[in-house]
Amino acid sequence: MTQWEVVIGIETHAQLATVSKIFSGAATAFGAEPNTQACAVDLALPGVLPVLNKKAVECAIRFGLAIGADVAQKSVFARKNYFYPDLPKGYQISQMDLPVVVGGNITLQVGQGDKAYEKVVRLTRAHLEEDAGKSLHEDFQGKSGIDLNRAGTPLLEIVSEPDMRSSDEAVAYAKSLHALVQWIGICDGNMQEGSFRCDANVSVRPKGQAEFGTRREIKNLNSFRFLKEAIDFEVQWQINEIEEGRRIQQATVLFDPDSGETRMMRSKEDAHDYRYFPDPDLLPLVISREWIARVQSELPELPVQMRERFVREFGLSNYDASALTANSEIAAFFQLTVGAAGKQNAKPCANWIMVDLAARLNKEGKDIAESPVSAAQLAGLIQRIADNTISNNIAKKVFEALWNGEGATADEVIDKQGLKQITDSGAIESLVDEVLAANPANVAEFKAGKEKAFNALVGQVMKAAKGKANPQQVNDLLKQKLAG
Amino acid sequence: MSLTLEQVKRIAHLARIEISDAEALTTQGHLNGIFQLIEEMQAVDTSGVEPMAHAQDVSQRLRADAVTEGDRRAAYQAVAPETEAGLYLVPKVIE
Repeated sequence: MTQWEVVIGIETHAQLATVSKIFSGAATAFGAEPNTQACAVDLALPGVLPVLNKKAVECAIRFGLAIGADVAQKSVFARKNYFYPDLPKGYQISQMDLPVVVGGNITLQVGQGDKAYEKVVRLTRAHLEEDAGKSLHEDFQGKSGIDLNRAGTPLLEIVSEPDMRSSDEAVAYAKSLHALVQWIGICDGNMQEGSFRCDANVSVRPKGQAEFGTRREIKNLNSFRFLKEAIDFEVQWQINEIEEGRRIQQATVLFDPDSGETRMMRSKEDAHDYRYFPDPDLLPLVISREWIARVQSELPELPVQMRERFVREFGLSNYDASALTANSEIAAFFQLTVGAAGKQNAKPCANWIMVDLAARLNKEGKDIAESPVSAAQLAGLIQRIADNTISNNIAKKVFEALWNGEGATADEVIDKQGLKQITDSGAIESLVDEVLAANPANVAEFKAGKEKAFNALVGQVMKAAKGKANPQQVNDLLKQKLAG
Repeated sequence: MSLTLEQVKRIAHLARIEISDAEALTTQGHLNGIFQLIEEMQAVDTSGVEPMAHAQDVSQRLRADAVTEGDRRAAYQAVAPETEAGLYLVPKVIE
């Protein structure tokens, strides 16, 4: 059996966070009535001229700096020619030979727990372009309806090298990129509204072969789940084709989420010939060193830098630090929590956010930004664990109470519900004595060498203390008494 | 470089221009004439000359990101051949 290796490259269209279009002053707000945000430039009426949006360029510069790429001091807009009714000019203004961003890379964390590994994906380029309008084919007899509100919306097309070797790596890349564009504030990342969509170039080759196989491009994947499902299906389909003696033909395919299958949209023979040429309506885009320097100085701390700082400053593992910098919301929440709980509690802060809080948020389908337990409340809770006011088990109860709004602070909940841990050794000792006296069978079993009997006794003491006795003290005292 | 008749027909198709065989032949002659001219120009030594993206040595003016265009749908759609529910209607196209 041949071992197959999967090769994936991804092209992403990120809609830039501007209020107006890339070449016109029409609004870009989502969900407006059809064609109410399409002006003369977007409609390609005769005699109009495109004028470039400065903010769109600034977004591209920000992105280039964030991925360590070269920001071209001179880039050129080109016309990409094709006919389609939602493209009234008959061409899309894009960039071809001289894109605004060249090179760069993104570091990803793939997988979880012990199987997690780090991977660097190189980027080829990123360029500015305009979006097309929207065609509606269903509602009209023999006609298509055209809405040009989206026409002219600024996009940054981000092209990766074919560096990914599994659908998991592809998804990790898409997620990192998705988090990054939001982190640096150039895209709202709303995938339902089409603000962030991916095309995946997929091919397979026998393991060890140097040349790439023939690729097929899966278009317009607008969720991470579809990205994974589409790639997994496509890979299996290509392997089956080859193993049955057929050759893969270069093609563009679409993914059907209902059937979970990819189907051919067009083969290489009918591939578009876009006849790119520099757009004579637009002059070369010149970006000064000063402008780049200013954008650089305004760039926030990036996920990679923050991750390294978390490891250095808080002694967190690389894995924890990347999970906490997976997006700007979780990073902000962690920083607020540590800020309030103190640096020495960084590790429990990380654990509570990544385990207990994450599980609870997940259960209710909530985002960390809408967490009912605030960073300050969580920090207060963690401090009470650290100073032995409550045990970890009781802390879970307090957390639940905070989640349900049963108190404004951990202290208030502990106080109101009488959850303060018993650390008075005299009190614990008397509980231990009572339990030993009441459970002679367990004591005998333990003395006969049954370790399990010890746990049963601990359980009895904790039960007698309503869970509030300090577990370490209970353990120590029991051991001491049983040994004596 | 010169174009074959087939290439001329493909270009016409890409540009959605309907041409007869006779027109294709005439056009082929015209286009090949232009290619000859280009070939003559290619004899000029341009090593060390940066390719030009525009005839004028000026750079793109930028506009501030602000909404300056209001809704003028009614005026634009008044001259459109067919509209419905705010959409422009065109012969059905599905790729």
